[in-house]
Amino acid sequence: MLGGVAHGLAVHLGLPVAWVRVAFVLLFFAQGIGALLYAAFWFVVPIGIGEPAQRGGAHWVYVNGAFVPAGSWQASGASGAELSKGRRGWIGRLRELLQHALQGEPATAVAEPGGEPAPGRAGRRQGGLGQLAALVMVVIGLIALLNALGVQTARPYTWPLLAIGVGVALVWRQADDSRWQRWFGLEEGEKRRGAYTRVGGGVLLVVAGTIAFLAMQGSGSTLGSVVEASLAVLAGVLVLVGPYALRMWQDLGAERTARIRAQERAEIAAHVHDSVLHTLTLIQRRAEDPKEVLRLARAQERELRLWLYRPEAVAEDAPDTMAESLRAVVAEVEDRHGVPVELVVVGDCPMDERIAAQMQAAREATVNAAKYGGGGPVQVYAEVEGETVSVFVRDHGPGFDPDTVPEDRMGVRESIIGRMKRNGGTARVRPAPDGGTEVELEMERTND
Amino acid sequence: MTDAAPTGGTPAEGGGRVARVVLVDDHRMFRTGVRAEIGRTEVTGIDVVGEADDVESAVRVVAETRPDVVLLDVHLPGGGGVEVLRRSAGLMGEQVKFLALSVSDAAEDVIGVIRGGARGYVTKTITGTDLVNAVFRIADGDAVFSPRLAGFVLDAFAATDTPPVDEDLDRLTQREREVLRLIARGYAYKEIAKQLFISVKTVESHVSAVLRKLQLSNRHELTRWATARRLV
Repeated sequence: MLGGVAHGLAVHLGLPVAWVRVAFVLLFFAQGIGALLYAAFWFVVPIGIGEPAQRGGAHWVYVNGAFVPAGSWQASGASGAELSKGRRGWIGRLRELLQHALQGEPATAVAEPGGEPAPGRAGRRQGGLGQLAALVMVVIGLIALLNALGVQTARPYTWPLLAIGVGVALVWRQADDSRWQRWFGLEEGEKRRGAYTRVGGGVLLVVAGTIAFLAMQGSGSTLGSVVEASLAVLAGVLVLVGPYALRMWQDLGAERTARIRAQERAEIAAHVHDSVLHTLTLIQRRAEDPKEVLRLARAQERELRLWLYRPEAVAEDAPDTMAESLRAVVAEVEDRHGVPVELVVVGDCPMDERIAAQMQAAREATVNAAKYGGGGPVQVYAEVEGETVSVFVRDHGPGFDPDTVPEDRMGVRESIIGRMKRNGGTARVRPAPDGGTEVELEMERTND
Repeated sequence: MTDAAPTGGTPAEGGGRVARVVLVDDHRMFRTGVRAEIGRTEVTGIDVVGEADDVESAVRVVAETRPDVVLLDVHLPGGGGVEVLRRSAGLMGEQVKFLALSVSDAAEDVIGVIRGGARGYVTKTITGTDLVNAVFRIADGDAVFSPRLAGFVLDAFAATDTPPVDEDLDRLTQREREVLRLIARGYAYKEIAKQLFISVKTVESHVSAVLRKLQLSNRHELTRWATARRLV
């Protein structure tokens, strides 16, 4: 629970996390071996293994004029996309809690603007307790360990050692945090100050512990000169190595930027190659079939737009929302009927059965508009306002009177009006003010 | 204008008036296309007096020619349309007006140029006729919202948790919302006027009011919203 080690290990071994935890706890009592193991694994087990790259899709980093998923530049590309779908069961909660460890800061509230801070707050208190329990366990384990090593005779050493241990833990945890920070794109600023305080505290603890340790060993008298000498040596080393270290640091940064750039370029090249170039080739081959060329060009344009401007929408298994499904519906009608459809969506909401029915009705209305709308562009406008989802489909064709439609024509009556009614919504078909027809579909979302 | 254009062109909107236009776009092909489509002065009433392909040349050409309307691409080498607007701010007080013309679907691009002072935004898929109409409307001091821009604005001003900083600017009135919604639904001004039982002039003033709010509004979300939104 402290460092996500048990979880990482569990994933690695394919065992339930609970088992690993229990094993650790038992080992704690077996003369504190658990604590040693835990510490060892903390260093070794890569944090974040098998973790949902927490809502990775939500975090985009602005690099060279384009938004890229924050996680995917690191090795986690695939998992980021797969797991990005806001799935946050208890694992997500746990991870969130872990992020608060020793910080007590609401990390998610920063990480996810406009998100759902509420569940986090609910879980935080329990997590605090769990965290505390874990800490107590570790301390008990440590003491057990010390006992086992026979240090109890020199009881005074216990506290300096403990101080050193906690100091090291603090610094290491901070290293963890900065890693998480990079992965989850947490915002900087105050967090950073907190980080410095923690690192500083850790260092202080270690130094104090060491001094105390030395003092108790009786070498306190020489401590002053030792410290002086050490400082002098340290300063000398800094002066000598400083420039090189700085240079190396800068080179590292530069190299990293270059690598990111190259990666991004490769990504773009790959996409353009896969989609645009292929389409252009197809268009050249079929230059004599204007309808097909139009269809190809339109489909390609749509896809490229989606890729350029709504990056999260094309992530593998895209979010299943009203806007996405309407986009798909519009794309399909556009392709099949060769009529441009302009879609404007305001707001968005998750799909449910009623909205699905509404999308079906919208599809029918768009098909009608494409067929009978005189070939001009069809306008589709969807809006989510509170619980109400409205869709308007408008064409600029000759228009028609719904009352004069013969009884046997089922398109409008059944597929649009009937379907909306059956699912608890309303549909209106009316002539638009200056010619053309407008279909209005209104539906309340299911309350769950 | 009564003389029908031989190639299905557009009758001039301005009633014999000529609008002087500068095209700013880094794609020569696109400029050529637009010029061919709207630049036949005797038919469309539009006189293309200059072209530019980056920020530097755009600023220079606009300052030299002082056109009525600048058709401004959002993405340009040297800083983008926003930069052109920033550096031409002095001219905007006079007669020069900017209309953003872009393929970009990114809300932050579009809102960016509008906030920078452009009087409207249309997509590059717009027909020649509609573009000519838009140019004249801009020249007359009106604002031009494409359905897509109307959608972006509705989204941007959608109810958020944070209270608005300035009540007057950070909210759209009921009527303004209605007008925007109708634009997003594909209605022309004339149709909106009919639907809402108001005059076309009133529609224009509503749209201008929305544009002003969009440009002056100090709610910080406006710029941040584009990335933070998604899913209610």
